[in-house]
Formats: sequence, structure tokens, C-alpha cells
Amino acid sequence: MKIGVLVKNVPDTETKIRLTADKQGIETQGVKYVMNTYDEFAVEEALKIRERLQDGTTVTAITLGPERVVETLRTALAMGADEAIHVDDPAFEGGDSLTNARIIARVVEPMGLDLILGGKQGIDYDAAQTCSALAEALGTAQALIAVELKWSEDNQSLEVRRRIEGGDEIVHVKLPAVISCEKGLNEPRYASLPGIMKAKKKEIKKVDLTGVGLDSAEVGASGSATRVVGYSPLSERPECRILEGEPVEIVKELVRALREDAKVL
Amino acid sequence: MSGRRIAHIRGEKMSAYFDLSEEERLIQQTARDFADSEVAPMAAENDANGQFPRGLVEKLAKLGFMGMLIPEQYGGSNAGNFALVLALEEINRACASTGVTMSVHNSLASSPIVGFANEETKKKYLPKMAKGELLGAYALSEASAGSDAASLQARAVKDGNEYVLNGTKSWITSGAEADLFVVMLRTDPSERAKGISAFAVERDTNGFSVGKKENKLGLRASSTVQLIFEDARVPAENMLGSEGEGFKIAMWTLDGGRIGIGTQAVGIAQACLDASVSYAKEREQFGKLIGEFQAIQWKIADMAMNIEAARLMIYRAARLRDRKEPHTKEAAMAKLFASEMANRAAREAVQIYGGAGYLKDSSVERYFRDVRITEIYEGTSEIHRIVISRFLLKN
Repeated sequence: MKIGVLVKNVPDTETKIRLTADKQGIETQGVKYVMNTYDEFAVEEALKIRERLQDGTTVTAITLGPERVVETLRTALAMGADEAIHVDDPAFEGGDSLTNARIIARVVEPMGLDLILGGKQGIDYDAAQTCSALAEALGTAQALIAVELKWSEDNQSLEVRRRIEGGDEIVHVKLPAVISCEKGLNEPRYASLPGIMKAKKKEIKKVDLTGVGLDSAEVGASGSATRVVGYSPLSERPECRILEGEPVEIVKELVRALREDAKVL
Repeated sequence: MSGRRIAHIRGEKMSAYFDLSEEERLIQQTARDFADSEVAPMAAENDANGQFPRGLVEKLAKLGFMGMLIPEQYGGSNAGNFALVLALEEINRACASTGVTMSVHNSLASSPIVGFANEETKKKYLPKMAKGELLGAYALSEASAGSDAASLQARAVKDGNEYVLNGTKSWITSGAEADLFVVMLRTDPSERAKGISAFAVERDTNGFSVGKKENKLGLRASSTVQLIFEDARVPAENMLGSEGEGFKIAMWTLDGGRIGIGTQAVGIAQACLDASVSYAKEREQFGKLIGEFQAIQWKIADMAMNIEAARLMIYRAARLRDRKEPHTKEAAMAKLFASEMANRAAREAVQIYGGAGYLKDSSVERYFRDVRITEIYEGTSEIHRIVISRFLLKN
């Protein structure tokens, strides 16, 4: 089986996100980037399938983005992926999910992948569209937010348990397919030291605009149907006031504050 | 859009923290994640029960952390001393007992076997050490030979193809659980340092036994024991290097070990800083967070500054050792500076916590006890000042 895994390099959840002065993006200075949490489940699942099949199944990690995202490919290789592809071109800058999915579709089409796994969403922009859009672009089956995969005997189809509102939905899916992964699917392994040392020696394949065979007008900001017009941070929680004293006085003060300060009564 | 591009490039530069390479950052990240999720949650309990984390040793081995100085052909990852300190800092930040176990195994036990054992012995022990099946320990000290290690008395006498071992070793870290010991013994009583030889000794050797565990102030999840040799017979091929080279091997090995103990100090100090920062941001007195008082701010600033300096000294010593350049002085300086600043950091962390820091419920109470030994073992602060000044005052 040939498996592709979509991985994304995103700000660490512990990083405090600040907007740039023009509110057109986030301040990247000092931001620590890691592999998207949900993508870790995708990599782990791909490796588990390879370990179960023992038939020369290959796992290829794929990412799109500037030079810094290579680190996430290196993490995927260190966890055990066989190959890695870095899709990068200045023309790709500013593309929306649909445009990026079209680019990735061009990259994976000639590879003849049987299965493509990805995280259910990026924990940065939370669009949760890439896997779905990619399946559309490729014309394959898709099953999103998977918490369990049950394979048929011939490994040509599988039952995907999807986490939906209030319960699970079980979908039968024929390969080729794109599946997005949810927490609970598995327990991602650590990148081991021997894995890291081996990953160091593996070559990362680069694909640029020419490589995907698209026109610069079809990609990046100019090729996108949507455009981010700005960002705004959540308003800060107003300061909490604690009333002290005898209950009778507190209630009086509370009613006054609700009426005069907060003006909700 | 171009503004974002520039910001990206700036971000990349910033993320090259301390010039770590991509794989070095990955190693650090793996160690950090493992320390936070697998080591830290057990640390207080292991400390309270004096329980050695053998299960953790297996997990560490699975990640390749027990064979970091072992070449690939013997099943190790050959990641080197620099990668080792990156990993050790993270493990020690979570649990110093686990940290010293890993440090001793890698730096003091596997390293001299890699450096000085014959091919047969390497093949016999190293793959199992890398897998964590054999846990290593190091035995130099004796009851009357501590800082004055060259005065050690335990004997090895040649008898045919074997050496017969007699005597007692003291203060042996991991001794209660270790499977393989690198032991320094006197082969020539007419010489001092030059009369010492090094041996790899298996735990189940007849005539070799392990004494009772010492009851210690800190590092309570790591055992410290006596080793007793009573006509214990070891094959001659288990000698590391040649007869009379043992002291030299022991000192070379300790240069590496000291970098590891300095790293342990940095790890504990970082844990003290992390705890202090979070407490300063939640504890209120006089209607304010204590972090808003300058007295606390200065303590935290000093801790952070000293940790940074110590870490850079450790990094440099480890880089020098990896490049096989002289590093005895640098290792001594790094270990000395790191252990002293870490003891101050732990003292201040307890001070910031106040009464809460004096309780077993707080992590800083454990850091305060654990950190004390870093000024004592693998060379006391006094010995390190002698080592450093010797470099400066000899011609």
C-alpha cells in the first residue's frame, strides 16, 4: 500500500499568539513551531498500517509551506516515515485551503497513493478543509474525523468510525480515500533517537510551482476564492470585582453595580 | 504580504535557539515530551517510596536514550555528548533520580567500554546496554578513597586467564539495580595512580555482592550502595585498556560524567525557575501577585541568568568532548558553576514558595534535596577548583 500523510507546521499550543501591527497576520518572531497535533495521529496511523501489513508499504509525509516547515517533515521521518516531500514556492504564499488542496492534489496524483491521511484540522487557522478539498480534487472517497479504522481482509476497503455530534457514525470506504484523523485514533509514538539519526540522512524532495504544473495565477493569494481581510483578537476578559462585607451590604452593592455600572438591570 | 514574508524569515532566525541543528532540536523535543508525560508524573511518588524507575529505563532505551554514546554497529545511536546533554537536561528537569541513572549509564558505564574494551567485550555488552537490558554503573570510590581516588585499595590479582577481586567499593550510584559495573581496582600496590586498572564486572559474578542501600537526603529513587568483592573472578579480557591504565580511564570517563552532572544541575535549576515563575504568577499577598514585588522579580531574574550561563558552559564542554578536544578544565568549570548556581536557585525557589516550599507536597522541596549532591558527587566543588587552578598555575 502507498500511504501519504499530510502534515502541517503550526505554532506550539503554548505559544502566545500576537497579531502583527497591520492585523494582516500573526507575529512569527519568537514563535515555536511544532507538528500539528492531529497530524501526529495521522502519521502514527500510517506507521501502524505499515507495521501490520509488512508488505513493503511506504509512508510519505507531505507538507506545503516556507522553509521552516521542513522541521515537521523531519519529525515525521524521525517517527518512521519513509519519504518526505516539501511543496514550496513563493507563488504559493497566501493561498486558501482550496487552492492549497489543488496544489497538493497535483503533487500526489502521479504518486498513485492508495490512502491519504491527515489531521482533522490545523490547530492554527482551524479551517478543517484541506482533507475534504483534496479528496474532491482527486475524486476519491473521504471520511473525516476518524477515531477508528477497521480494515477488510483484502485491505482494499475499511470501516471508519467517525466522531460526530453526540456519537459515532460508521462509514464503509473504498480505497483510494482521504481520511482525516481525530484524537483517540491512536497514541502517537515519540521520534526515537535512532529514528532522528536516520531521518537526518534522508533526502527531502522539493516540489515548486513548475513541479506542480500550475500557473502562478492559479495558486497563492491570486488563485484563491477567499481572502483574509483581517484578524482580531478575542477581547480581554474584563477585570473581576469581588464584593466583600456583610451579605446585606453585598447584595445592596451588587444591585447598585448591576444597575449603575454594568447597566444590565 | 511582503511584510509577512519578512516576519517569517526573522522567525526562522530566532528559532535557531543556541545554534541547535534540526536533529538536535528534535532530540530535545522528544526528551521534553517524554520527560513531561512519562517521567514527571512519577517523580514525587518514586522519591517518596525510594522506588527505582526500572520501567522508565526500558522506555528510555526504546527511545534510544540508553545508547547515546554507543556506536551504531553496537546498536547505539551514537548521538554524542551534546545530544546527551540536551536530553539529560529535560529528564533531570522532571526527575533527578532518573536523570542520574541515565547519565551514569551513558557517560560512566557505556563510554569507557566503547573507548577501551576489546572487540569481544564491546560486542558482548554494548548492544544490551543500548537496549537497556544491561544497566550500567561505575565504581571508583571507596570508604577511604573519595576525593583522593588514587589511594583506592580494592585489589585485582592476576591468576591465569582471570583476575581475582577483593575489597569494597562505596557510594555506587544505581548499584542496587545495575547489571554491569565498570570497576577500578589496584593491580600494582607498589604504584599509586599507575597501579590501578579498570574492569567490566557482571553482577552475577561469584564472590561479588551488593550491600544495603544508603538512606539519603535526596535522589531517593536512585540507589547508592557498597559493592563487596570476595575472591570474585573476572576474565582477563574484561580489563579495559591495559594494566595500569585504569586511573587514566577513570579520569577521562569522569570528564564526561561531570558534563552530565552539570547538566543535571541545569535541569533541576530550570525546574526551580519554572516552578517559581508559575507560583509568582498565582500567589497573592498584600492584594498583589508576589511576582509584582521586586524582591521576587530579582530572584527570578538571577535564576534565569545563571541557568543561561551554566547551560552555555555545559554546551561548550560537551561540544569540545564530541570534537575530542581538551575539555577537562571546561568540564570542571561547567560542573562547578552549574552545581553552585543550581543550589542557589533551589534555595530561592523554596524561599519564593515560603512555607509551602518546605512541604513534601511541593515539587521545590524535592528539588532542594536532590540538587545538594551535585556539589559533591563526580568531584566536589573543592576538587574542581583544584583542577581548574592547576590548569592556570602550571607554567
